[in-house]
Amino acid sequence: MIITSHEDLESVRKRGLTKIQPKHPRIGVGTSSCGIAVGGMQIFDRMQELIQKEGYDITLVKTGCIGFCKEEPIVSVTIPGKSQVLLHKVRPDDAERIIALALKGEIPEDLALCRIPDWDHITGNLVYGDGFESVPDYGEIRFFSHQKKVILRDSGLINPEDIDEYIGIGGYSAAFKALNSMDPDTIIEEVKKSGLRGRGGAGFPAGLKWEITKKAPGTEKFIVCNADEGDPGAYMNRNEMESDPHMLLEGMLIGAYGMDVHEGLIYIRAEYPLAIERLTLALDQARAYGLLGKNILNSGFDFDIQIATGAGAFVCGESTALAASIEGKTGRPRLRPPRLTEKGVFGRPTDLNNVETWCNVPVIITKGATWYSDIGAKGNTGTKVFSLVGKVENIGMVEVPLGTSLRTIIYDIGSGGAGGKEVKAVQTGGPSGGCIPVRLFDTPVDFENLNMVGTMMGSGGLVVMDEDTNMVDIARYFINFASSESCGKCVPCREGLKHLLLILNRIVSGKGTRDDIEILKELSDTVQKTSLCGLGQTAPNPVLTTLQYFGEEYEKLIAPEGK
Amino acid sequence: MDEKILDEIIAHYPSQSGKTLGILREIQIREKHIPMDTLKLLSGKIDVPLSRLYALVTFYSFFSLKPVGEHLITVCMGTPCHVKGAEKILESLEEHLGISEDTQDGKYLQTTPDNKFTVEIARCFGACSMAPVLRVDGELHGYVTPEMIPKILEKYGWKR
Repeated sequence: MIITSHEDLESVRKRGLTKIQPKHPRIGVGTSSCGIAVGGMQIFDRMQELIQKEGYDITLVKTGCIGFCKEEPIVSVTIPGKSQVLLHKVRPDDAERIIALALKGEIPEDLALCRIPDWDHITGNLVYGDGFESVPDYGEIRFFSHQKKVILRDSGLINPEDIDEYIGIGGYSAAFKALNSMDPDTIIEEVKKSGLRGRGGAGFPAGLKWEITKKAPGTEKFIVCNADEGDPGAYMNRNEMESDPHMLLEGMLIGAYGMDVHEGLIYIRAEYPLAIERLTLALDQARAYGLLGKNILNSGFDFDIQIATGAGAFVCGESTALAASIEGKTGRPRLRPPRLTEKGVFGRPTDLNNVETWCNVPVIITKGATWYSDIGAKGNTGTKVFSLVGKVENIGMVEVPLGTSLRTIIYDIGSGGAGGKEVKAVQTGGPSGGCIPVRLFDTPVDFENLNMVGTMMGSGGLVVMDEDTNMVDIARYFINFASSESCGKCVPCREGLKHLLLILNRIVSGKGTRDDIEILKELSDTVQKTSLCGLGQTAPNPVLTTLQYFGEEYEKLIAPEGK
Repeated sequence: MDEKILDEIIAHYPSQSGKTLGILREIQIREKHIPMDTLKLLSGKIDVPLSRLYALVTFYSFFSLKPVGEHLITVCMGTPCHVKGAEKILESLEEHLGISEDTQDGKYLQTTPDNKFTVEIARCFGACSMAPVLRVDGELHGYVTPEMIPKILEKYGWKR
């Protein structure tokens, strides 16, 4: 079926809604990569077997991830007219009991994490109903109560492998509105007004980049989604693609229409097989509904998206390296300008945005720029998804308005150090970022404030370190990482990082001298100032921030004769 | 690799964007490495010099020219895994499988003499919530401790 009118979209929406809220019980099993790894698929298979064998009147679907990784596997049970209930730490052995109870309109209370009476998908609102009052409300769970779900609005609640469910909660209505009733320039204007900044790390205003791409000479252009999430400790993009792939496709479709570009690419890391699989399926489903291809939604606009896979090179997060990689070359960056917007993939003007940047677009169009810019802080609008990992009690995927303090994220949402240990620092921004000590945890998380304390937003990994973490070892870890990922094109990065590593190895093994610390600082400065691309320019940050905030740990390791 | 299969893989890529790396990825997944013969064959078929293909295969860590053993174990070395003891996991694997650490240009790839297991390391596979993690033949194992290693290995036919 090709969707060509509002009525068509409405009929699919109604069908999707009955899939999410059927007249009989519905069970959703969290099966994103991490859900699967802790047994999600076994639970799903066991349930499927039981339901098929007995012919039970139950809808069983795979869902994405609601973000509370620590509590996985998570299973949701929806009894018609009653609150949806999330069950946690479910085992395959529980399958039979969950099904038997669901058929009676009940849930296993001992497994219940929380209940959801209604849910704001932003593009649509779902009311489930009351009931199961003994189970805590979603808003009473500390991990959830401080979050604001805009990008993760559907994650863990809908079936990512069924486009109908996405349309059911209002998906593709923003694209319909954009393509049928908005002038392309108005779309760019709206995104500019929303204040949306690139979520890949640098925070460049997205609408402005769109405008520059649109104005670039040439008719054949590309839009590219950067899904080469390379920062170790960051997996927001994987989760977004595995849990709600159509949100990304819809964002790209709207952007393409705004910029008048007809070819889209998703550059995704090969290490994310499930995300690739779900995106491929989502693309096929979108094409089948005519949401990609020729004359989309009967608007006369043509656009399609292709997947291009990366192959494990951190440097390909650098825009010019990424473009080279898509062209089938080694991912080595080149000097800028020309920027990608002028000379990108195959020399054509290219707009490159991160997965999460694209994911923000549908709600900006649905709710308007003002609604969006009211979220977050001035100059840092909207929410950001973080992966809160490392030595923190509540590990998971966290979405908060920009400007939220690290303290709120780590203590209120994360409940502090794992196993009651003392938190010492948090590392943000991956290998390009730095380590922030506890005394600076009131720092608001936004692009500028993180830069001010010597680190950066990066793509959103927050790795918590506790009293047992050796900060010099952390600096060495990152330099080792950056050094082995250096493409080798420029000397400061290739040789400078290698020597930083040698010095850090010496210090960690107790053979360092006071001079070594001075050389570390000097060499870090040189590498920062003279490297060709962002990889080298930011790689010394972990060394510099640990020297600044945890200098005493270096001192302790300096050999006595070196003092 | 059979020439027919290679042709099928190439046919998946009608457009230039992402073509070469996409083909190499499929070969790598199928064969668990990139056989030199296949690389030569591919060079002629897609009209890309062998030297360029060789550069790609050695530049990107996802590819390997060396064949791997029956089971491929990938140990994640991402930051959360690192702070939660990934090194100890790797040491435990080396000890039980009788292989030794020998990295060359950051590429770590060790195969047991009986060709049963190959151990490699990865930057991060984004399964950080379960750190430390390792993957055996595509199956993720989370919250791993060094003590768990023998049990995991036994699942794949390792004998003490």
